[in-house]
This record gives sequence, C-alpha cells and structure tokens, in this order.
Amino acid sequence: MRIKEIQDDIVEEFALFEDWMQKYEYMIELGKSIDLIDSKNKVDSNLIKGCQSKLWLFAELKNGKIIFSADSEAIITKGIAAILLRVFSNQTPFDVLNSDLKYIDEIGLKEHLSPTRANGLVSMIKQMKYYALAFSNK
Amino acid sequence: MEIDITKIRNDFPILKRKVNGNNFIYLDNAATSQKPNLVIDSISDYYRNYNSNIHRGVHTVSQEATDAYENARIKIQKHFNVKNSHEIILTSGTTHSINLVANGFLDILNENDEIIISGLEHHSNIVPWQMMAEKNGAKIKVIPINEKGELDMKVYDSILSNKTKLVFVNHVSNALGTLNPIKEIIEKAHKLGAAVLVDGAQASAHFKTDLQNLNVDFYTTSAHKLCGPTGIGMLFGKEKWLKKIPPYQGGGEMISDVTFEKTTYADLPHKFEAGTPNVCGAIAFGVALDYLNNIGFKGIENYENSLLKYATDKLKSIPDLKIYGESKEKTSVISFNVKGIHAYDIGTLLDKFGIAVRTGQHCAQPVMDHFGISGTVRVSFSFYNTKEEIDKLYDSLNRVLSMLG
Repeated sequence: MRIKEIQDDIVEEFALFEDWMQKYEYMIELGKSIDLIDSKNKVDSNLIKGCQSKLWLFAELKNGKIIFSADSEAIITKGIAAILLRVFSNQTPFDVLNSDLKYIDEIGLKEHLSPTRANGLVSMIKQMKYYALAFSNK
Repeated sequence: MEIDITKIRNDFPILKRKVNGNNFIYLDNAATSQKPNLVIDSISDYYRNYNSNIHRGVHTVSQEATDAYENARIKIQKHFNVKNSHEIILTSGTTHSINLVANGFLDILNENDEIIISGLEHHSNIVPWQMMAEKNGAKIKVIPINEKGELDMKVYDSILSNKTKLVFVNHVSNALGTLNPIKEIIEKAHKLGAAVLVDGAQASAHFKTDLQNLNVDFYTTSAHKLCGPTGIGMLFGKEKWLKKIPPYQGGGEMISDVTFEKTTYADLPHKFEAGTPNVCGAIAFGVALDYLNNIGFKGIENYENSLLKYATDKLKSIPDLKIYGESKEKTSVISFNVKGIHAYDIGTLLDKFGIAVRTGQHCAQPVMDHFGISGTVRVSFSFYNTKEEIDKLYDSLNRVLSMLG
C-alpha cells in the first residue's frame, strides 16, 4: 500500500473517535498490543535522544524496502510510534523521504510532534528520514 | 491563622481558564507560580507610567524608576532580615546567582580544597560547581540521600574536614519536597571554616527565612517561584564574601572608573549588577513579597501543610502508587510513580483532564539515580490550590490509571 493511502486510512479511522479519551484509548491499545522491536535491537545505540522515556528505533533494508521497528517505555509514545511505523515501514527509502506529515495534524496529534515536546517523536521522525537517506544511497 | 481561599483565587486570573474543556487545575507550582493581578498590574503600571533607565539619569522619571528599583531591594532585604541592603544582589534568578558565586570562587579555590554538594541538588546547584572544579581542581564530595529522601547527616559529618571550603545545599528539594536541616549544616561547616551557599528557590514561596538568624554565607532565590515574574531573582551574600569575590559580568553600572589602561569597579551591590537590569522585574518581585506578606506566611504554611496531608493520604490509597521523599519535614511536593506505568503517560493524560503536573527528572538526575528510576510524576501545591482540586486530581488519576492499566 502506498504511504498516502495508509495516511488516508488512518485519518478516516481517527475521524470515528468522538473525544480525546477514545483516541488515547486506541493509542494505548496500539501501544500495548504491538510487539515492535527485537530485543537484540533494544540497545543504547538505537535510543532516540530527547525523550523522557526510553525510545528505541531500528531500521533495516529488505528487498529495497525499509523495515522499521521501535519500542518505548511510555505506552502513549509507543502508540504514536506504532502509527508512524504503519505509515513508514515497508516502504522504499524514496517514498519515506518524500512523504509529509500532514496526517498527524489531521488526526489531532500535532501536539505530540511539536519540537518542544519532551517525547522524542520529532527526533524519531528525523532519524527515520536519515535512515531513508542512508538507504537511498545503497 | 486562616487564609481566605476564595478571595485569593479571585486574585489569580489564570485560575479561571479552561484547558481541554476542563477547569485549569495547576499543580506544577514547584516549576513556577501563578501571578496575582497586583503583580501583573505592577508590570504594566511601570511600562505605562514611569519606565526609564535607572541610576544614571538626571530626569524625573528616571529618578522614579531608580527609587522603585532600589525600594524593591530594600523590600527583599527586610523580608529576609538581611543586615545591609548592599548584601542583596538582584540577578536574573537562582541559576544566575549560583553561577555568579561559582565564578567568584574560581581563582580562590585550588586542588587542595574540597567542596561538598548535597545529593538532593537541582542541576543549577551542581553544574556551575563542576564547571568551576574542572578549572581549578577543587575536589567534589557528595552528601548521599537515604530511602526517605533525606540527607545522610552522618556522612556529612564524616566528609566535612578542614579542607572543605564550600558546602552547597537546597533549603527545600524541588524533586522530593524535603526540607533540609540547613541550620545544622551551616553550623557544622562554619566550625571547620567552610562557607555555605543555600539554594532557597523552592523554600521562599512557602515560608519566611531569617538570613541573619541562619547565619548563612550565600542564599539565592527566584521571584517566579513566589508569585513574581520570571527573569529576576536575588543573591544574598555576606558582605565579606561579596567584597572578596570578583565581578561576574563586566559592563556598564558595575564600574567606578574606566580607561583603556585600567578600570576600577563599583561598590556593592552594583559591582555585581552589570548592564540595564530587569527593572520592572525587581519592582514586581517586591510587590509579590508584599502580596504574600499581606496574606501572611503562617497562614500560607498551615494551609499548604493541610493540602499536603490531604493529598498524601488520598494518593497513598491508590494501589501500587509509591511516593518518593517521605521526610517528616516536607513542603507541598509529592513525587510519585505507579508500578508498571511510565510517568510521561500519566502526565500526558492528566493534562487532558486539565490538570497540570510535571513529569521527568525535575533537573535532579542524581536524585532519580538514587532511587533507580527514570523520573516521577510531581504534584506541587500552592496556597491558591484547593481540596476540591486534589479530589479532582485523585479521580482523574484513577481514570488515567484504568486507561493505562
């Protein structure tokens, strides 16, 4: 599925939530249910800086597509990471580099991606784009 | 002595606002305090009616501004019962004050000297000394903390020696609320010829301190913790110390004579007040002290203690909730975690209920390391919080925990 289609799906899903509680309950479920990262990759060198809780990101290139995996100590952060992974993982480096993040705004999570927020998500997206850049040269 | 909580809450316009559709419940007072109309109005009053640069002006308005600024210094002097007004240096806050002193001791101390830092310190009372020690070789020793979040005074006794030149401790811990036995720390340090700097940033909002009685060598505080604006604070230093240490920043105001061959410095306090100061900040600082003294610190203390007790009892009833910092002597701070749940998640969701708390390490990583945790949720009260707000916190916290559990 192309990135744009996934983003549109996510925006549609979030539009069904009536209030913030439903939205966050969903993200908490996402965060709890998904086992996102191989324990061997949950190492200090994969930590994202700037986060109050530990946030790990790992990426590898398989058949021309980047496979991202991530995990966090904080459930909400993990839930948001899961959403980011749904969009970016299993896509080509080119597509990752050229995608935008408007959907984050549309699902009402822009506050979490403000650079002043101490949740490392901005750094995580930056890191994902760096990976894409590095892999696009391979 | 009772405070009139309804009247007080009316003094603080921000308490009427909504956050995420809920009443704003502000429980992050250790980070900064809210401001009453009196203080807010004093700032606009200054800029509307008598703003001018101070000290050097010949004209009327500059004289009015100068008088107001220096009167603020005297208010601070009287509030803390300081002997001489020139022992009060107006700074941009506690961090600036501590850096000023650290810079002052840079060339006074060397590798034969030791300095003692308490394990409860905020980074502002650790890092400047580390930076100084890196340059002059002074050895740093630390007073450890126990499981209750209190300083281990036995270790303090053992590390204090005649090599000790300076001791640093906060009056109240911002991370845990612990009230430290600073009188004892000062007396013991003085017996061995060491000077003591006490960081009073967290204390000054909650009770009055008599600095002559304390006999402390340096004491710092920030106005924004006690209903004053940001960008202004004070450093108290005993005259003998302020005369001994060199200026921190060079520039206008702090000089006596300037030539390219040699410049001589001004007397106290101006020696440490380079450049145009935060004039209205100082004035508003004084107004904040007036406001608090008008309510009466005894009443404030009693009320806040009752809030602390009420909140502590309620929070303790929540299963798997652990409170850090259980000293008998505490101010109105509760730092806690709930087993299996990250503080960041709790803080984020409480915010959705309109409740402002702080999460993280509270600029006190050594304290967090001591307990082996990455951070806590910190709730900190002021005299304008209410029992109803604590009830709302309790209910919301339970809802948050069931969402996350």
